[in-house]
Amino acid sequence: MNTVMNTPVVEVDKLRKSFGKVEVLSGIDFSVERGEVVCVIGSSGSGKSTLLRCINMLETPSSGEIRFDGSRVDSGRCRASDYRAKVGMVFQQFNLFNNLSVLDNCVIGPMKVHGRKRPEAEEAARALLAKVGMDRYVNAKPHQISGGQKQRVAIARALAMEPEVLLFDEPTSALDPEMVGEVLAVMRDLAGEGLTMIVVTHEMAFARDVSTRVVFMDKGVIAEEGAPEDIFDHPSNERTCEFLARFLEDELPAEEPRDKAMGARP
Amino acid sequence: MSAAAALPSTFWGWVLYLARTNWSMFLSGAGVTVVLAVLGTLAGCVIGFLVGMVQGIPYPAMTRSVGGIALRAVKAVLAAYVEVFRGTPMIVQATVIYYGSKQMFGVDMSAFVAGFVVVSINTGAYMAESVRGGIDSVDRGQTEAAKAIGMTHFQTMVSIVLPQAFRNIMPQVGNNLIINIKDTSVLNVISVSELFFTSKSLAGTYYQYFPTYLITCVIYFVMTFACSRLLRWYERKLDGPTSFELADGAADGEKARVKVPGRTSRALELLNGKDNSKRRAMR
Repeated sequence: MNTVMNTPVVEVDKLRKSFGKVEVLSGIDFSVERGEVVCVIGSSGSGKSTLLRCINMLETPSSGEIRFDGSRVDSGRCRASDYRAKVGMVFQQFNLFNNLSVLDNCVIGPMKVHGRKRPEAEEAARALLAKVGMDRYVNAKPHQISGGQKQRVAIARALAMEPEVLLFDEPTSALDPEMVGEVLAVMRDLAGEGLTMIVVTHEMAFARDVSTRVVFMDKGVIAEEGAPEDIFDHPSNERTCEFLARFLEDELPAEEPRDKAMGARP
Repeated sequence: MSAAAALPSTFWGWVLYLARTNWSMFLSGAGVTVVLAVLGTLAGCVIGFLVGMVQGIPYPAMTRSVGGIALRAVKAVLAAYVEVFRGTPMIVQATVIYYGSKQMFGVDMSAFVAGFVVVSINTGAYMAESVRGGIDSVDRGQTEAAKAIGMTHFQTMVSIVLPQAFRNIMPQVGNNLIINIKDTSVLNVISVSELFFTSKSLAGTYYQYFPTYLITCVIYFVMTFACSRLLRWYERKLDGPTSFELADGAADGEKARVKVPGRTSRALELLNGKDNSKRRAMR
């Protein structure tokens, strides 16, 4: 695996975030290099999503620093939108623009933010929609397609901005089980193409097979991080063991056949 | 003598007589009413959208800066406007604005212009609150998604939030239009020649109150009913078609129309909990 890269694209330094008196993130140090696929796992309420939302500035950190390509992102106001255009986000609840068609969802960003012309933006959007298998649905409105289809469109919408990093916030958690696969397949392709991805997920098989690094979060801190084989096969932290044991119990019977079908990892 | 003989002696006779001889009066009164109500509602919507939008600008981005303080001041003024114009009767506002502008500022507005101003400002105050509610009713995820692809607050509002908010408050716009058709009648205090004012002069001329106002009643109802039907039609138009066309499939070249549940069955589906993602969007 070619994990040896030396330019951290996202760096998080002593990040803390409280909502009122509740501290959700209690000092996170974390960095992601170009081409990495980092999966963030952990039980609900451990701060995974908040970390992701802080990275995209949807939440303002209480203290600490976030750097993108070496420069701080949480200073000055006008740069928030410029920065966000470089960091894509895929949401658990898809959040497709309900008033726009599938195609318009994918062209509005490039047109409004990058100032592209419509024909150019449309061509790019159609290509991306073809990539996620949604090119036939360009005329549909979001409420007319299924959850899995919505999420694939949402991924195409994020890609249309040509982001340098793509954040996924539990992209399959709101989906029916039979639709999870189609979304994961798209994400797998993207990882294969070398896109830098940070994925908050409960899909352990995906984390194990696709990621270059796994981060386990517990109670607002990173309890353990490392290569997927280390985390899944030889976890050193007690909480990681507990968490994984619970998942193995619940999930493994369902996960195992899927693992085999997807082919063995290196 | 001959004039008296020509006048009807029964109630329905009077109704027919008034309708036949004075239809143009009723019609012009109704015309003024409709024009005032429609223009006033439109202008009120514009005011309401502007006020509602400003009220919706979040603080945290710009606290303690000059912009932040200015925003706070503007918001306070707008809040006062809404409270004052919702909190006083339109009939009083009409007299205050019509006579007040003349006495205090020497502005000699025609009664019609004064009427238009009063209806617009009054509707604006109500619409501001509706718009605020309409903006709140749009799922927060829509704003977050727009921000996440780098859109500014203004772009997010114009392209994503307001179109959805507008659809959600269409029933309120309709309400306001219908209320305005009826409530322009209070403008008779400043002698705007709308339907009620013309009816009053007709009734006084013939000393026939009941027959005159019965006709007035019918005209008002026809106008409001027509408006409510028109608005329903427009709402359905905003919702768009219930089916969509699949683009040409690469493999089979088949072209299909896909039928999907319309708004009502969609609502049922949501209520049954089939799709949690959209539940917040339902009001």
